Amino acid sequence: MSNRPELLAPPEIFYDDSEARKYTSSSRIIDIQARLSERALELLALPVDGIPRLLLDIGCGSGLSGETLTENGHQWIGLDVSQSMLNIALEREVEGDLLLGDMGQGLALRPGIIDGAISISAVQWLCNADKSSHEPRLRLKAFFGSLYRCLARGARAVFQVYPENIAQRELILRSAMHAGFAGGVVIDYPHSAKSRKEYLVLTCGPPSLSTAVPRGKGEDGESCSEDENSEENQMVCISDRNRPKKKQKITRKGKGRDWIFKKKEQLRRKGNAVPPDTRYTGRKRKARF
Amino acid sequence: MRLFTHNMLSSNIKGVANGFPLRIEVDQVVEKQVDFHPDFLRNMFPKLEWKALVDAARTMGYTELPEEADSSMLESEEFLRKLHHALLELHLEEGALVCPETGRKFPVNKGIPNMLLHEDEV
Ligand SMILES: C[S@@+](CC[C@H](N)C(=O)[O-])C[C@H]1O[C@@H](n2cnc3c(N)ncnc32)[C@H](O)[C@@H]1O
Repeated sequence: MSNRPELLAPPEIFYDDSEARKYTSSSRIIDIQARLSERALELLALPVDGIPRLLLDIGCGSGLSGETLTENGHQWIGLDVSQSMLNIALEREVEGDLLLGDMGQGLALRPGIIDGAISISAVQWLCNADKSSHEPRLRLKAFFGSLYRCLARGARAVFQVYPENIAQRELILRSAMHAGFAGGVVIDYPHSAKSRKEYLVLTCGPPSLSTAVPRGKGEDGESCSEDENSEENQMVCISDRNRPKKKQKITRKGKGRDWIFKKKEQLRRKGNAVPPDTRYTGRKRKARF
Repeated sequence: MRLFTHNMLSSNIKGVANGFPLRIEVDQVVEKQVDFHPDFLRNMFPKLEWKALVDAARTMGYTELPEEADSSMLESEEFLRKLHHALLELHLEEGALVCPETGRKFPVNKGIPNMLLHEDEV
């Protein structure tokens, strides 16, 4: 599968019988989708009262994401544009109700009735014009507008997305805000090329304390299991900028010039290009830096 | 498709002002037992359009729901059991949903309503 299936064909063509089966029999994909769905459900921040909710799974596919909702005790309605994916969902006897539909045409649901919505690896598909009649901006508008209406006030929608570039993320986010949503993007493991995951966390209703966007995992260097065996990734996981100020100062002092000389020597021995040691090395900078 | 979904669906064809409720045409209904969760029913009840549910259940051959209901009835286990059965155990397996304004049919095959719109309906 290409890195960006949405560039190859429209979803209902790309996810044909054979691709749908391939997708759903890969244990790697099953595992990843389950983890993404768990995290999306967590970001949905439903009240912890054990009451099963009525949720939407948009672009539910063969039901991998929906299964996580079932495991957590919720009822769900899944929407997908690929009949082949839905056929596999039937085969797997998922517990949710399934609809064949195109989110870009808007959701055919009554207002104010849904307790929360998730969408895993699907919304970026809306950014492509697969038919001459498709205008991504209008399709995003129809989608977010109808989603906003059918959610109960205060309900959340969490989308894990793979935007192709910054412009695409902006486009999606702007469409959501236009529809009236508050919220933003949560990025888990932002410093890891492999584990980095983006979630759009949207709340229905005016901004308030509950609409504040939660923090991503691994933002301040918390390690991510997939990376633990790769030294390279662990290093980029730690970002000085995101570390609290106080901690930063202490570490600076603790390390000092000798530490820097030692580190540079090590790197030189590894054959890296390292700037020469001068009287400026490790010198304290003026405050204005 | 079960009746909690039917109770949420509304035709969104361009120009339709009131797409709810979709009329049900039945070719085949199946019943599947699922676990009873009174909390889910209590959470759902205020969102339901009661008359649409009663009519839909009747079309599917289930006539036990009362014509009128209010939240005080949620105390009764007997009522909850009936509501549970109507909302979660009856599946429209084959048939169609019909837009109340335009008469446009959305076919239901293998339990899945096809809600895809034609280009001129968007
Ligand atoms: C990568 S799969 C993810 C499926 C499922 N959420 C999971 O986690 O396994 C993306 C799904 O989005 C669906 N999709 C893409 N565009 C869509 C649209 N406009 N409306 C509804 N579903 C769409 C595709 O058919 C496909 O099943």
